[in-house]
Amino acid sequence: MIETRKSTNFFRLGLRRLLFLVCLGLGGVLASATLVRFAPGYGAEERELDPRWRADSVEALRQKQGLHRGLPSFYFHYLSALAHGDLGESDSLKRPVGELLRRRLPVTGNSVIRGLGVAWLAAAGLASLGLVTRGWWFEASTTAFNSLLLSLPSAVVAMLAVHLRTPVFCAIAVVVFPRLYGYIRNLLVRSYHQPHVLAARARGLGSSAILLRHVLPLAAPPLLALFGVSFAISFGAAIPIEALCDSPGLGQLAWQAALSRDLPLIVNVTLVVSLVMLAANSLADLAGRAFAGSTQ
Amino acid sequence: MNPLQKLAASALCAIFVLMVLATFLLPTPYARQFRDIPNADPSTAHPLGTDALGRDSLSRLLYGTRVSLLLAPAAALLSTMIAALLGSIAGLLGGWFERIVLAATDLSLALPWLFLLLVVRATLPLDVPPFVSVVIAFLMMGLLGWQAPIRVICAAARGVRDSDYLLLARSSGCRPARLLLGHVAPNLRPLFYVQFFISIPLFILTEANLSILGLGVMEPMPSWGNLVRGFEDFSTLAASPWRLVPLILLVIVVMCFQLVLPSQEVTQ
Repeated sequence: MIETRKSTNFFRLGLRRLLFLVCLGLGGVLASATLVRFAPGYGAEERELDPRWRADSVEALRQKQGLHRGLPSFYFHYLSALAHGDLGESDSLKRPVGELLRRRLPVTGNSVIRGLGVAWLAAAGLASLGLVTRGWWFEASTTAFNSLLLSLPSAVVAMLAVHLRTPVFCAIAVVVFPRLYGYIRNLLVRSYHQPHVLAARARGLGSSAILLRHVLPLAAPPLLALFGVSFAISFGAAIPIEALCDSPGLGQLAWQAALSRDLPLIVNVTLVVSLVMLAANSLADLAGRAFAGSTQ
Repeated sequence: MNPLQKLAASALCAIFVLMVLATFLLPTPYARQFRDIPNADPSTAHPLGTDALGRDSLSRLLYGTRVSLLLAPAAALLSTMIAALLGSIAGLLGGWFERIVLAATDLSLALPWLFLLLVVRATLPLDVPPFVSVVIAFLMMGLLGWQAPIRVICAAARGVRDSDYLLLARSSGCRPARLLLGHVAPNLRPLFYVQFFISIPLFILTEANLSILGLGVMEPMPSWGNLVRGFEDFSTLAASPWRLVPLILLVIVVMCFQLVLPSQEVTQ
């Protein structure tokens, strides 16, 4: 009976999250449409400045672009185009935004996932090793190294990656690692000092057994939440890294769009990245709750 | 404070004094070109040499230090003020207003900050005078950087809301504005200071990233980001290691802030 109620509650929570994501997506789309519509130079074409064009031809061009349409009509057309997968056209690259996103998203996704994998392995491995060895030298050296990495701008890490010819995912891992390591280490240390862990140590359990059986289950829900946050960190780091390493991903696309003031492109890239981030965060949160429920 | 923290605080004080005295220490104006000696090695006239355009590197470093160390605290002040105002009101009022503020904060925290900065920067003109580019960078970071402090401030204000002295103030007819300014804000002041100082290194790094990408402080005005941008070819740095000084200074300042301040667990 209790199990059924638990799973119903979990299902409801999942549905609520999904509804929230849909509402947020709709709000984001409307905000994006507003930004695009009111951006300076919206709908202006070079052809309008050509003195060979007569006034009535320019007017006909504007009518064709729908510049005289009211805002509700603009929103309606924007949403209906979006429903058909049409995200508009990039002003600077003169290509459909949807096509650009389809080409670039896998490149960034691949770099981010591999970079996150390396960063998580390194951070979790080093934090666990520190917990098991508990030596001051290890502690001091890792803290100093972590502090140094935290003090480097991601663009400098990207320059170093270009110089050393390392892959993009390695640079992402270097940027994400220190943020993860500090948090994971604090979390594990806090869990290690819980009374039940002390009792297990007093009973003579080995360090690895304590870590696997008592510390990790306690730290798992916040670690899963951190997994969602780490996606946002790595996507943020992808901008300077892809821009400077000349990797054809979403980060480079966003940078090029910002430099050429291509609002339809940058707004849609940000919208897609934001929805991916929110979905990842919601999934991580749900997984954390499910794990906490199962351990209780 | 432990000895290491004292050392970090002293280093920060020394760098801030250097920044204040930069006007008197500048050997030459930062934009003046010595066209006959581009990429010069260090000499008595130019202690850190000159850059590719023949400008004195020491002058540019001193002035760039001033720009970065004024820009980041100014942006941190603006973002902390926004967070203090919204967080205190949300914590004090509670209810739907607090829920909306916290939901907006959670939403902003989940998004990659640099993408938001790029969207805002793309809506503004790029071909602007250097001083305007500094103001744009300051406003962008200040207006978009309030998310992290607001949660902490809101939680602290919620704690103050249920206190006896606030109940007494309410029962004696204190208005909400006076409650906020006379009772809540003074009690949260230490928290505001901490959040302000925590934001500074984050904004120093953000300014550096934006300037390296060509979207922050514009040339010829120097900033740490602009100066580091010149390192695009690391292979030349082996022959002229003194060009690394701006990066070393940036790293030292951010590390000193990290040592002096309470640890920030996850920063974007």
